[in-house]
Amino acid sequence: MTDFLAMGGYATYVWGSFGVTALLVLVEILLLRRRRRTLLRRAGRTKRNVSMGVET
Amino acid sequence: MRGPGLAGIVGGVIVRDLTLAGRRPVDVMTAVIFFVIVVSLFPLAVGPESRTLATIAPGVVWVAALLASMLSLGRLFNADYADGTLEQMLLAPQPLSLIVLGKVAAHWLVAGAPLVLISPLLGLQFGLPAEGLAMLALALLLGTPALSLVGALGAALTIGVRGGGALVSLLVLPLCVPVLIFGAGAVEAAVSGMDAGAHLSLLGAFLVMALCFGPWVTAAALRIALD
Amino acid sequence: MAVNWFKYSSPASFYPLAGRVIPWFAAAAAVFTVIGLWIGFFVAPTDYQQGEAYRIIYIHVPAAWMSMFVYLVMAAYAALGIVFNTRLSGYMARALAPTGAMFTFVALWTGALWGRPMWGAWWVWDARLTSELILLFLYLGFIALHSAIDDPRRAARASGLLAIVGAVNVPIIYFSVQWWNTLHQGASISLTQAPSMAKTMLAGMLVMAVAAWCYTVAVALARVRCEILERERHADWIGDALARESRS
Repeated sequence: MTDFLAMGGYATYVWGSFGVTALLVLVEILLLRRRRRTLLRRAGRTKRNVSMGVET
Repeated sequence: MRGPGLAGIVGGVIVRDLTLAGRRPVDVMTAVIFFVIVVSLFPLAVGPESRTLATIAPGVVWVAALLASMLSLGRLFNADYADGTLEQMLLAPQPLSLIVLGKVAAHWLVAGAPLVLISPLLGLQFGLPAEGLAMLALALLLGTPALSLVGALGAALTIGVRGGGALVSLLVLPLCVPVLIFGAGAVEAAVSGMDAGAHLSLLGAFLVMALCFGPWVTAAALRIALD
Repeated sequence: MAVNWFKYSSPASFYPLAGRVIPWFAAAAAVFTVIGLWIGFFVAPTDYQQGEAYRIIYIHVPAAWMSMFVYLVMAAYAALGIVFNTRLSGYMARALAPTGAMFTFVALWTGALWGRPMWGAWWVWDARLTSELILLFLYLGFIALHSAIDDPRRAARASGLLAIVGAVNVPIIYFSVQWWNTLHQGASISLTQAPSMAKTMLAGMLVMAVAAWCYTVAVALARVRCEILERERHADWIGDALARESRS
């Protein structure tokens, strides 16, 4: 296990590559999820307002 | 009734834009002075060692020319856009791409040609040998029109957009990389006594391509912007 | 019976369709990533020249492929949008851009981390790395132009035109950078041309590329749904579609 993590002395480079990539993918997904939630909340509000006759 | 011929349209636009530019000579000078100042800053930053300066001269002059031609792009369409002339140009029966070609030609005469003329002087400051000086002017003569053509597209895309100036550079500079590479490469080749023909041919090919497609794409961008 | 593809070019029918396929692509991306990493780390042998550091290619090469491929797809959607004047193509182009830029950055980042032990420098002005850097600038220009224009229709069309011009220019840029690089006698080892690539190495790379592709599709579709929600929130069908999705 330790051998595997050490990557033959190249641990910084290998795990630096894979780690940053994983981080970026994660951030992209989280940002997208947050954007979607905000938009859905706003859409719900718009719909309610329209049915109540409020101009948005 | 027949309208003016193709050359007539282009010529008419050139004359008009040159007249307008002639009324504001300081605007014209700004880009040239910027070019000279940027180039002159390099020896101050790098040090006066003449061999280093001669090595970096082609790159420095080319990058400065690139930046200087970005600087003047804002004037290309924005004034016409502000006073409504651009809208009239879009409605005119003459092909818009020809009008664009005329405007770009005028822009190059005002902003690009002075750089070509003054570049040998700057090359002298950097200790370039004679063949390098001639090649510098020749490469700029082929390259700066291409910069104006590509830049016109950026200017057309960003008409009336906030943060226009910096945005134009962001859009246009990456597209100008080939011009920079071939242009500076030609001078380097000439200085080191090699044949610069290949560089110049590629630079010329890029210019021809920009001439064929540039005005047309820019016209499309103008239609999008004023739609 | 012929399928009417144009039906799906309307946001109203595309929105629910995209919602249905996203989970599949996301799941496929996860599965292929696990398989690819397993092959890359446990099945593929250690490279006899580069040691374990070569394993960076399992990210680097797929990311570099995707960065170029996504740009082309983005330009193709932009062209569709301009020619047929469909709103959805513009949304699609916009939705692909951030993911493409992300992959371009990953390709640069991993290239630097691979270069440090191999070339002894974090950054080498190698033809591929340089072209990739310029590609990143092209992506950033597209995103900047799109977000600088307030009118959504003009934003989509203007940035679409930029993407098309960029796509035409990419081969020219690549060629010129290659030319410049050979003149200046740059680095001689290339990131992708390992002298003898074992079959398992290639397999791992391909599986990771498929994973990256599935991921891109899933994320882009999710982002298109957001674009649609944002731009067309006043359309009548949005309420129905949302109600139907929250019920199921």
